[in-house]
Amino acid sequence: MQLTVWTYEGPPHVGAMRVATAMTGLHYVLHAPQGDTYADLLFTMIERRGKRPPVTYTTFQARDLGKDTAELFQASARDAYARFKPEAIIVGASCTAELIQDDPAGLALTMGLPCPVIPLDLPSYSHKENWGAAETFYQIVRNLADKGRTAPSREGRRPRANLLGPTALGFRHRDDIIEVTKLLEGLGVDVHVTAPLGSSPSDIARLGEADFNVLMYPETGHEAARWLEKTFGQKYTRTVPIGVGATREFLAEAAGLAGVDAPVDPDAGRMPWWSRSVDSTYLTGKRVFIFGDASHAVAAARIARDELGFEVVGLGCYNREFARDIRAAAKLYGVEPLITDDYLEVEDAIAASACELVLGTQMERHIAKRLRLPCAVISAPVHVQDFPARHSPQMGFEGANVIFDTWVHPLVMGLEEHLLTMFRDDFEFSDANGPSHLGHGSAPLAGPAEHVEPDAVLVIAAPQPEGWQPDAERELMKIPFFVRGKAKRNTERYATEKGVTAITVETLYEAKAHYAR
Amino acid sequence: MTIALAPSAGVAAAFAPRPVLRERGQREVFCGLTGIVWLHRKVQDAFFLVVGSRTCAHLLQSAAGVMVFAEPRFATAIIEERDLAGLADANEELDKVVHRLLSRRPEIKLLFLVGSCPSEVIKIDLKRAAERLNGSHGGVRILNYSGSGIETTFTQGEDACLASLVPVMPEEPAHQLLIVGALPDVVEDQFRRLFAELGIARVETLPPRRSKDLPGVGPGTRFLLAQPFLGDTAQALEARGAVHLPALFPFGAEGTTAWLHAAAKEFGIDEMHFRAVVAPGRERAKRAIARQAERLSGKSIFFMPDSQLEVPLARFLHNELGMSLVEVGTPYLHRAHLAAEIAALPADVQLSEGQDVDKQLDRVRAARPDLTVCGLGLANPLESEGLSTKWAIELVFTPVHGFEQAGDLAELFARPLVRRDRLTV
Repeated sequence: MQLTVWTYEGPPHVGAMRVATAMTGLHYVLHAPQGDTYADLLFTMIERRGKRPPVTYTTFQARDLGKDTAELFQASARDAYARFKPEAIIVGASCTAELIQDDPAGLALTMGLPCPVIPLDLPSYSHKENWGAAETFYQIVRNLADKGRTAPSREGRRPRANLLGPTALGFRHRDDIIEVTKLLEGLGVDVHVTAPLGSSPSDIARLGEADFNVLMYPETGHEAARWLEKTFGQKYTRTVPIGVGATREFLAEAAGLAGVDAPVDPDAGRMPWWSRSVDSTYLTGKRVFIFGDASHAVAAARIARDELGFEVVGLGCYNREFARDIRAAAKLYGVEPLITDDYLEVEDAIAASACELVLGTQMERHIAKRLRLPCAVISAPVHVQDFPARHSPQMGFEGANVIFDTWVHPLVMGLEEHLLTMFRDDFEFSDANGPSHLGHGSAPLAGPAEHVEPDAVLVIAAPQPEGWQPDAERELMKIPFFVRGKAKRNTERYATEKGVTAITVETLYEAKAHYAR
Repeated sequence: MTIALAPSAGVAAAFAPRPVLRERGQREVFCGLTGIVWLHRKVQDAFFLVVGSRTCAHLLQSAAGVMVFAEPRFATAIIEERDLAGLADANEELDKVVHRLLSRRPEIKLLFLVGSCPSEVIKIDLKRAAERLNGSHGGVRILNYSGSGIETTFTQGEDACLASLVPVMPEEPAHQLLIVGALPDVVEDQFRRLFAELGIARVETLPPRRSKDLPGVGPGTRFLLAQPFLGDTAQALEARGAVHLPALFPFGAEGTTAWLHAAAKEFGIDEMHFRAVVAPGRERAKRAIARQAERLSGKSIFFMPDSQLEVPLARFLHNELGMSLVEVGTPYLHRAHLAAEIAALPADVQLSEGQDVDKQLDRVRAARPDLTVCGLGLANPLESEGLSTKWAIELVFTPVHGFEQAGDLAELFARPLVRRDRLTV
């Protein structure tokens, strides 16, 4: 048993719902007890969908268990077909139905429903949401892709690609599709089918007609992409085009797969200049902690170091299936990889890293708030805020522009940072007010309403003959909050190395000189 | 001043059997675990440990609609594959989880082991687990109840939780009034002040705000139900000798007056004194309601089944705000506790119990009511079809009981209509 207060991923049948809800003409008959219908609200509330997810739940109760839950399942499947007339049905069980072993797959297959029925086997007690989405999409593709429909001769037509992986409740999937389509259009490549988001079972049937696949989201599309490669010989892209460098690399890769020339100097949007302009100098070496799903976290680390000049001080993911990618990237940045789905562990790691910016999920946003650190969200699990009304992609050059704005916005700006250092004792202009451009209340650094540990990163014990002396401690407090953590850590490291037991003002400045960058 | 203390309909009508549409199909309701979302804030030294699956944990964080700001007083012990292999090991695992939890949270004095669908199906015996673990952690009392969807819907989880407290309530022979049902602290304090003014000396609440204040119960106990979904709790209290005071539920000016009056009568409070005490609050409530009645009068409303509050709320909206009732759906109709409420409804109202959500939505679309009260999974889809909705969950997360909240309660129903009138986009 695993003690859990909060979880990054839902159960695997929620992953299946993300695929079903993304599609049209597909219905999901889910053997599940009363109460599991809560999952509908994820889609109607967080994503503001104006339609119910295409899911029929059997909602069995205790009194049904003594009788025939199998019959209940069959009646639900029959009614669902009659009412919704889907092109195809997927059937499966949630965690409780898995235990009563009614075999919904077998039951549905013997019913002779007048449409394809795709059974799902999603073990709830060992797997999670992303895996469930990937497996569901793979089963749909495997069952519905028409092996007789392959890519016709390249003579006299443009190359075409499928986009694989976007689902309902995905982090900016809606907008990423537009950007990736634009990138391919620039290469003269047509998008054949985008799936699962926006596709129907008959679209799935013609996946084999594309020349290659763009794997947008490995977490949800990897299994399907591999099967399509094996079955139709369709190669797929390995680069996730998040960030300027990754987008350039993606263009080269896609051009190679399409057999067209890669653009020599693609217009990379504003981000490169915004980052090179002198105003961004203050971003140099900012310590950043990154956590999310593996693909987004790996992409974020590359942007952080190579495109914004940050220092990556922590990197991790919650989806174990992709731990290898995180380990490889962590080696590149010289940090310990953090693979966990326990947010308390993530919180400890963030606190210990003495970072100046957190890039994470909605949970890391809350952690950062508790620790009074600036934060930007880079990955699912999603929150209603991750579905902005405006176009807000992560992928492509426009995505890089969006990322620049989103990540830089929470930080204290260049000159303001200097002024805070110079006039720390100004009674109106104090770092306790937070960055001025965020307004009052948007980043309360010590609000009475919120329970905040007294400077969780910087707890300094009562004066001792050893350790921080009162003068040094006062001097430390004159350093703005966003670099104070680093100053404290450096001073302590310096003291330990030099065998200094009592830290004085002198030690503080010795250390500053020692670590001057 | 006249006060209608009895339901407006005649006695005969009260006992005439009403046609109730019973449906059996897909139910779009929460399970009883959802009650933890408010119960864990109400009882400040209690912790709720769900023994369940990742789905249970996901439900709790989704239904709560929030991430974890302060560390919440609930968690899920997620059953994993190896726990399914052997029950002996599952019990051992559970003991370990409880131990870890209680050593980390020494301020917890009451721990509920909450059963879920999977724990019920694989028959993890949480009653025995609670007995086994009781006393193993100093002064921490360990109880169990089931919030599983196969046994409970939504608010029934609170009923199951409160019922589990009844056997451990101390024996109390004194004549006392017990208010049963989790109320927001502010509302509870208002009621306490009213009862004190009336002259009822001993007033206790179940659940208490702190577990050490768990009230006693005995043959001298008279209890008022603050919520209509507490059937099992009432039965357990009656088994301990307590006597239920039947009344309308305290929604609106009339409901609140009738509810208070049931206690006043039982405790021999002088009628004139009663009227004098309730008059100011009652008048304030009526004034506040009148403002919303302009908006709501003559408008039609359809209740999808959700919290079991549907019947009393329909009575309030019809009798005090002049709304017309298209259908009043409820997950479960407790005929005894709702007798006065049902009697106070107009004779032609369609009551329904249980649900077949697709068929019920067909009826909503056919009737096109001005307002549909429904769960969060249905609200946006109905809005996108041009039908105004009121989220049912807000009715259990907002102070709505009593005189001072009667206007707020009416406003909750008026707001979607006001908003619709304002918008031009």
